[in-house]
Amino acid sequence: MLKASEIKVGDTHTEVLVEDLKRTQIVQYAGASGDYNPLHTDEIFTTKLAGYPTVFAHGMLTMGMTGRMVTNYVGDGTLKKYGVRFTSQVWPGDTLTSVATISDIREEDGESLVDLQIETTNQDGLAVITGSATARINS
Amino acid sequence: MAIDKFLIEASHIMMFARSIGDDNPVYHDEEYKSESGCEGIIAPPTFAQSSAQFDPDYFLRPKTGGVGWFGSGKEPTGLKPSGSGGSGGGGAAAGLHAEQHFEYHLPLKAGDVLSATTKPGNSWEKESKRAGKLKFSESVTEYRNQDGDLVITATGVGVQTERPVDS
Repeated sequence: MLKASEIKVGDTHTEVLVEDLKRTQIVQYAGASGDYNPLHTDEIFTTKLAGYPTVFAHGMLTMGMTGRMVTNYVGDGTLKKYGVRFTSQVWPGDTLTSVATISDIREEDGESLVDLQIETTNQDGLAVITGSATARINS
Repeated sequence: MAIDKFLIEASHIMMFARSIGDDNPVYHDEEYKSESGCEGIIAPPTFAQSSAQFDPDYFLRPKTGGVGWFGSGKEPTGLKPSGSGGSGGGGAAAGLHAEQHFEYHLPLKAGDVLSATTKPGNSWEKESKRAGKLKFSESVTEYRNQDGDLVITATGVGVQTERPVDS
């Protein structure tokens, strides 16, 4: 859990989320989440019918991996809010890096909170997720 | 979408955490006490999305009983999905997922039993260079626990594209 006296606006936390994303991990996510949309796991459907170059990751897989970076930083069970926009697709073979930047440290209803800006980018520096989160911290 | 019983189970949490590459013991070891004070198994922040498993009408899951599936078999496609159906934690519907937001009101722990109701939110359109006309639609899902208390509010935004997204 973060401590208000040990952090400041502008501090960052960076993690590599995945290197060379495998189709098998996308299958794993489909099974766990229950989202079996063939766009994520069915190469024939996705290339021949839907018109994409290959299958691509669930946005929620990238949001889940990005959430891992966030909870590693702010601590387990401290999140109040977490939201993202999916700005580009994530493909098999991608390597993703995620950064959280502290945008505010504040008090609300007697709680100490930190606000984070979040961005996950691929190996070409293209943002695949942008978002924000709010977590409880120790005062 | 309405879900009567979304069982929060330790083995499901373990599998979900594995799929997002998260080996944090708070998601699989009930003896673990985290530095922030969590005890017992909790669910990762995006776990509510897997409520799709408990939605009887979820259309992105192959069904038994002769109902067609639109993934490939002998041919590149089987049947088109029928109806718009539900959308798990809210959002993707028949198109792509554009945004997802969670608000956490109470901790989500193994052993909880949630119910969920979804209401449509705003909808809007936008032109884009990469995929033609975009039709956005929002849905808001409220997850309540066995005591009727609000645990998570999930807001999803789905987008229907005119053509496949240029990459």
